[in-house]
Amino acid sequence: MTPILSAANVSKHYGAIRAVDDVSFTVAPGEIFGVIGPNGSGKTTLFNCVLGQIRPDGGRVAFQDRDITGAGPLALSRLGIGRTFQSLQVFGGLTVRDNVIAAAQEHRGTLWSRLFAAPEIGLGAKADETLALFELAPHAGKLAGGLSYGQQKLLDMAMAFMADPALVMLDEPAAGVNPRLIEMIRQLLQRLNRERGTTFVVIEHNMDFVMALCQRIMVLAEGRVLAVGTPAEIRSNPAVLEAYLGA
Amino acid sequence: MFADLAQLTISGLATGAIYALAAMGFTLLWQTSSTINFAQGEFVMVPAFIMLGFLGIGMPLIFAFALTLAASALIFGVGFKRAVVDPMIRHGVLPLAIAAMALSLALQQGVKLVFGAEARSVPDILPDGVTRIVGVAVSYRDVGVLVISFVLILGLQLFLARTLTGRAMQASAQNPDGARVLGINVDRMILYTFLANAALASIAALLVTPIYLAKFDLGGPLGLKAFCAAIIGGFNQMHGALAGGLLIGVIENLTGAYFAPQYKDAAALVLFVIVILFKPEGLFGRREERRV
Amino acid sequence: MRTALRIAALVAILAALIVAPQYLRNYGIYLLSLWSLFAIAAMGLNLTLGYAGQMSLAQAAFLGIGAYAVALLVKAGVPFWVGVPLATLVAFAVGLLLGFPALRVQHHYLAFATLGFNVLVYLAIRNEDWLTGGSMGIGQVMGFAGMPRPSIFGYSLRRGIDFYYLCLAMLCLSTLLVWLLLRSPWGRAFAALRDNPVRAESLAIDIRAYTLLAFAIGAGLAGFAGAFYAPLVQLFDPSPFGLLESLSLLLMVVVGGSGRFWGPHIGAALVLLLPHWLQALLPAWLGPPDQWYLFVFGIAVLVLLTWCPGGLLAIPDRLRARAQ
Repeated sequence: MTPILSAANVSKHYGAIRAVDDVSFTVAPGEIFGVIGPNGSGKTTLFNCVLGQIRPDGGRVAFQDRDITGAGPLALSRLGIGRTFQSLQVFGGLTVRDNVIAAAQEHRGTLWSRLFAAPEIGLGAKADETLALFELAPHAGKLAGGLSYGQQKLLDMAMAFMADPALVMLDEPAAGVNPRLIEMIRQLLQRLNRERGTTFVVIEHNMDFVMALCQRIMVLAEGRVLAVGTPAEIRSNPAVLEAYLGA
Repeated sequence: MFADLAQLTISGLATGAIYALAAMGFTLLWQTSSTINFAQGEFVMVPAFIMLGFLGIGMPLIFAFALTLAASALIFGVGFKRAVVDPMIRHGVLPLAIAAMALSLALQQGVKLVFGAEARSVPDILPDGVTRIVGVAVSYRDVGVLVISFVLILGLQLFLARTLTGRAMQASAQNPDGARVLGINVDRMILYTFLANAALASIAALLVTPIYLAKFDLGGPLGLKAFCAAIIGGFNQMHGALAGGLLIGVIENLTGAYFAPQYKDAAALVLFVIVILFKPEGLFGRREERRV
Repeated sequence: MRTALRIAALVAILAALIVAPQYLRNYGIYLLSLWSLFAIAAMGLNLTLGYAGQMSLAQAAFLGIGAYAVALLVKAGVPFWVGVPLATLVAFAVGLLLGFPALRVQHHYLAFATLGFNVLVYLAIRNEDWLTGGSMGIGQVMGFAGMPRPSIFGYSLRRGIDFYYLCLAMLCLSTLLVWLLLRSPWGRAFAALRDNPVRAESLAIDIRAYTLLAFAIGAGLAGFAGAFYAPLVQLFDPSPFGLLESLSLLLMVVVGGSGRFWGPHIGAALVLLLPHWLQALLPAWLGPPDQWYLFVFGIAVLVLLTWCPGGLLAIPDRLRARAQ
């Protein structure tokens, strides 16, 4: 089967520092793929190379056989790659419902047809369904900027799923979130994975969360791939233990 | 031909040095407190009128200027920071900039109300007269302006780079949290930059108004050119403001003489637009990443 | 219930605006006409700044572009009602061009880039007197009567009161169109661009296109207002299209409440009408308000902004937040 996302020999250097050094991996459709590593291991740089925020110095990135190396964020989102950011990123001046509609509206029609489209552009039902799924329905009419941190985090995630993306890249979804909400996020992601077949790539610090969520995990250290395997394999890998505990 | 060109360049440099004084203050405020001071031109215009007020009651020029310096440090240093910048800054850069615009409107109209709309002449501290250097007529005034501006700007640079207070000011600008950890009183350092800005603006007033006269709407074009100078040179570099100011002064003069006098005021703007389109970080500036 | 109340208030205000001329002299009617047109231009700026988050200090230049475009078209023999859409289109196109710097720079850089543009337009109108009459005014090229007032369906709008109703109708039309625009997906995309351009792009929102459109539509509205400003004042020179007026327009938007739908209407009323009402109410020894009004207004805006940066329409929210 063709991988949904593949990276081949991706490198990014800052002067003499090899932030990402010859990293290759593939993600199969329907998989939940985790990327972990100590601070400064190059996770975020790799993420940014894949998502077009920065251009890699070498290597190729492909999405469903299409070369996306160096493609910008707009092109990637149009292809159907959803993402969340490390920090909160919602539209604070719009209502919660408008936030999720805004997240999907640009996939409907053309720029000009949207000018004359109905305000909800046929996304009303889908918005309500998504908000219900993320337990945000009671807040639909509120301004997103007025929500609590946890609610904004959920909204942020809900927005990434509104356009039915084939692949969603999550940058530290559990950061700064209380344990109850972490558990809820994990269950939600697994449910979306099961029911819609959405593929995930997750960068995360929280080990328990990654181990419980992901089917396969890649460990980065000093910009290089240290190990790839199932959570059980990673947990018992001596090199990984050393990278985390020895350093 | 050469003599004309050299003459125009020297007088352009002198005007440009005055722009540079205002531009340096602009840059200082931006660096330390994210203040885009849209009222910078008025910070030059109002001291000119304060000085006229002191002269009007028969004070000698030097005393009048000293008192003006003190008054503008009080109004545009302490007062501006406490009454406008401190309460506004938490709302963001743009609301603060708009508040500064409202302030510029109030200052302009206030001066018009009190002193009227006529231009007033201001006595000159610099000597009149012209000397010839290899056939080029050079006015003492231009040389005086250049010397004063350069001494001030170099002095300020040295102060920022060499003294403890100067370094603390720079640290507060570049990394306020880090500076606080080191025990620097960041708020006081910011206040110092406001005082420095007020002083630079007052000196610019002293140098510019004898030629261009004091008028309530003097600040608009002056502030605009100061800002253009700061951007052209690079908003995050002090010497950029100096280079930008000098460049604008010269180009303006040459445009006025050789191209179209009625578009003299447009020269700075055209240069400015070219720079922000092709090198937004300025000719000497460092690139700043667009942050999320 | 709240919607019904709002509609009732709206109808009452509109009714008041329709009957008002019966109780006003010519100058009052002229001021109301002026208010209608400035509210349209301020609505355009509110779209660019308040809804799409793009700083612009060139709104008066677009007003001028609209006014001069329609005047020169009429002079060239083009009917007024063809000239209006053409003038709007010219302002729209120039606004689109002005949007390009906005793709490169933001906030204060953009403020000064647009401000610089306003100065350039002003200088061009003033200096190219063969075309515009320069600082002597449009009368130099159009004859001493200046820009004629149009007629509609054969009915002349030469009288001030008739022309006021035209301006009011144009304000209603613009208000309705802007309301529809803001309700459309475009309105949502503008707000997304304002609140978080990086996130917007990751959701397939083309921030380049929407930035350019925000500038162009805002400029187009000002050009549209300018096309009616020309026959309203009939004789004009470059001075109402300078920096001070752009600043006034910006403050109208900010005072009313940037990003609030009715902000421009309220802001324009405060800037244009309040000084004249004050004149009637205040003792004479204070002197004519047009001398001190802008000074007081500047200070009032400063105080308002430091206390409530969201503008007048944000005050109820603020009081509510404080009560809680």
